[in-house]
Amino acid sequence: MTARFVLIRILALLSVLLGVNYVAWRWLASVNWEAWWIAVPLVIAETYSLIDTILFAVTMWRARDRPAPRSAPTGTADVLIATYNEPIEMVMATALAAQRIRYPHETWILDDGARPEMEAAAQAAGVGYITRSADWVGKPRHAKAGNLNNALLQTDGEFLLILDADQVPDPMILDRTLGYFADDPEVALVQTPQWFVNVDEADPLGSQAPLFYGPIQQGKDGWNAAFFCGSNAVLRRDALMQLGIVGYVRNLEQSVATALRAARRMLQRAVADRSAPPDVTAELVRLQDVVERARADAASGTPIADVTYNVHSAIQESSRRLVASDLRAARADLTAIAELPVQHDAELDAFIVDETALDALAVRELSPLGAVAAVDALIEALRIDRPDEAQPVQPLATISITEDMATAMQLHSLGWRSVYHHEILAHGLAPEDLRTMLKQRLRWAQGTMQVLLRDNPLMKKGLAAGQRLMYFATMWSYLSGFAAIVYIAAPIIYLLFGVLPVTAWTVDFFARFLPYFLINQVLFVVVAKGIRTWRGQQYSLALFPIWIKACTTAFADVVLGKSLSFVVTRKDGRAAGGPPWREIWPQLTAMALLSVALVVGIGRVIVGTGDGTGTLVNSVWVLYDLAVLSVIIQAVRYRGYTPRTLDERADV
Amino acid sequence: MNITVHTVNGAAVVAVAGRLTATGAPRLRQAVEDAVAAGTPRIVIDMSDTEFIDSSGLGALIGGLKSTRLADGDLRIAAVPEAVRRVLKLTNLDRVLREYPSAEAAFDGQ
Repeated sequence: MTARFVLIRILALLSVLLGVNYVAWRWLASVNWEAWWIAVPLVIAETYSLIDTILFAVTMWRARDRPAPRSAPTGTADVLIATYNEPIEMVMATALAAQRIRYPHETWILDDGARPEMEAAAQAAGVGYITRSADWVGKPRHAKAGNLNNALLQTDGEFLLILDADQVPDPMILDRTLGYFADDPEVALVQTPQWFVNVDEADPLGSQAPLFYGPIQQGKDGWNAAFFCGSNAVLRRDALMQLGIVGYVRNLEQSVATALRAARRMLQRAVADRSAPPDVTAELVRLQDVVERARADAASGTPIADVTYNVHSAIQESSRRLVASDLRAARADLTAIAELPVQHDAELDAFIVDETALDALAVRELSPLGAVAAVDALIEALRIDRPDEAQPVQPLATISITEDMATAMQLHSLGWRSVYHHEILAHGLAPEDLRTMLKQRLRWAQGTMQVLLRDNPLMKKGLAAGQRLMYFATMWSYLSGFAAIVYIAAPIIYLLFGVLPVTAWTVDFFARFLPYFLINQVLFVVVAKGIRTWRGQQYSLALFPIWIKACTTAFADVVLGKSLSFVVTRKDGRAAGGPPWREIWPQLTAMALLSVALVVGIGRVIVGTGDGTGTLVNSVWVLYDLAVLSVIIQAVRYRGYTPRTLDERADV
Repeated sequence: MNITVHTVNGAAVVAVAGRLTATGAPRLRQAVEDAVAAGTPRIVIDMSDTEFIDSSGLGALIGGLKSTRLADGDLRIAAVPEAVRRVLKLTNLDRVLREYPSAEAAFDGQ
């Protein structure tokens, strides 16, 4: 371990100890309970930040420079370029660069937009072209995950390099990364950094993420939890397919159990109907037996294919025997049962019995024959083949709009390993206007919160403790929006009304707070090692409305069933329309209030109604908040990237 | 990988010899599709000479199961060697597909 990483460990440990010392004192001895309505939120926000610090320290504990792979690159490889609506020239620039990758491979454009001009361009360049197969018509498309899943069945390379349409790869990208898979047969993923070329030094939109594609990923890698970030990554096909098959089996077991349960209840109701002709009732009783036996078989471990085959054959025989009795009634009922009481939730990837629909079905008083048809339809819909999905096997996770994080977590839970390779091997394009950037950040945050709510890493089977913490750390950081509001409100309230959230601004306070704060900053500086992290720090606070919106919409989606839409990030520069006022008014309002508070606070000291120390502390706090939020103004004023020409550079 | 198809008692027996991986999976899928199209939706995959199967191979089995069931038939696996059984277990696919001792026995009595 190098001296730098030893120093990082010491600083990480110190900042956790000092943090606990400070926050414990805050809770036990310095909350101003008389103003609990601001004092308690503030101490909770500080506790939130302390947990964030602890998770960061845990991440950094294992940060390291990974040695290059020992093995030579081997295996067959496909390069998959995912596109939906990006300009043809951009996709082709990426595709041509992909063709020039030195290691033998095949290049494919996965065009989810199915554009004829894209196909023509691909053919002209001799690049493979894949669109969704006919199986996908009328089925959930699952956005980018679906696009990649579709391509997985039409290609056969052992390793897959996944690229977004704007990510121009380096010719050496496969040579540098494939060796990890040969080193360790359990490695399923090698992620490389994302780096953007259309961003200058100032980077007003905070596009570069040098802290994430650097120390943070290196730390996660140390815990065998390097994240998959959707592009510039190489995946082992067999690992992905295994994921798909395990998911298929899980889904099937669940769906068959649900279907049989629902079938049983429908049959019970139909048998209870005394008005039915005796031959129909006899048939229903026979089917009841079949369903009961199937439930017992499934419970005792009989292979599911056998269980469903038996039920299906029995139902077919029943309908053959019954056909003569009352065809007309059955037909009428069949239209009534078009809406089955069991629905597949595509995003949740689970089957849900709709109790109201099931009751409605009974209230409609299906004829007993109709009940047979309904059971048949039910079993049919939930048969072995997942007819509700285009592909029975879906390797890339579809439970979230950010398929990458969910997929990597599944891989880790199955015991696969991941690698972060810290070398820029692809150059991409970042959004060039605030509106597009905000949409992109919102999507990432929403997707992350979806995964937290649907597949909580702290509970998930198969993950190691360190992996749980690494996934949780990222999710935790997206809760910062709520803390930000408190951090902005507290000094405003003090300066305007003189309400103290802490008992006093005493030596006790500074002696505990300042060392914590300073060591934390030093840790950041050492971790960053010269890279700029100020933009990242600014945006983690300044985008508080986005983070809060992500939390509330993801909650509404997962818990209340209001689905999120997948927004494809524009890769071709600026979106139409001026500044997104509707998205940034909270920050502008906050800045106005902070400024007013600053003036009023200083005024109160001058007229003698304000406390000197308190006003000084809070003024510094307000200035920090303003410095953080000012990034929004810079972002609004940003007019996109203008590459400097050589002449201009000579002028400077 | 080598695929041969013959008919036993009205069921198509698809024998897979060698390594069933991503490169062979599309050919297996095609063989199953062809048999279904030819009117024999009851299919046995004879694995007595299968040396190895990977997850893509398993994917082809599941795809085949789907197309045979849609045609009111079935896909069954027979004479499964240990190497294949291990992969079936690893992916839990043994909870879906029953192994039959031989291709001839797969559709016995049905």
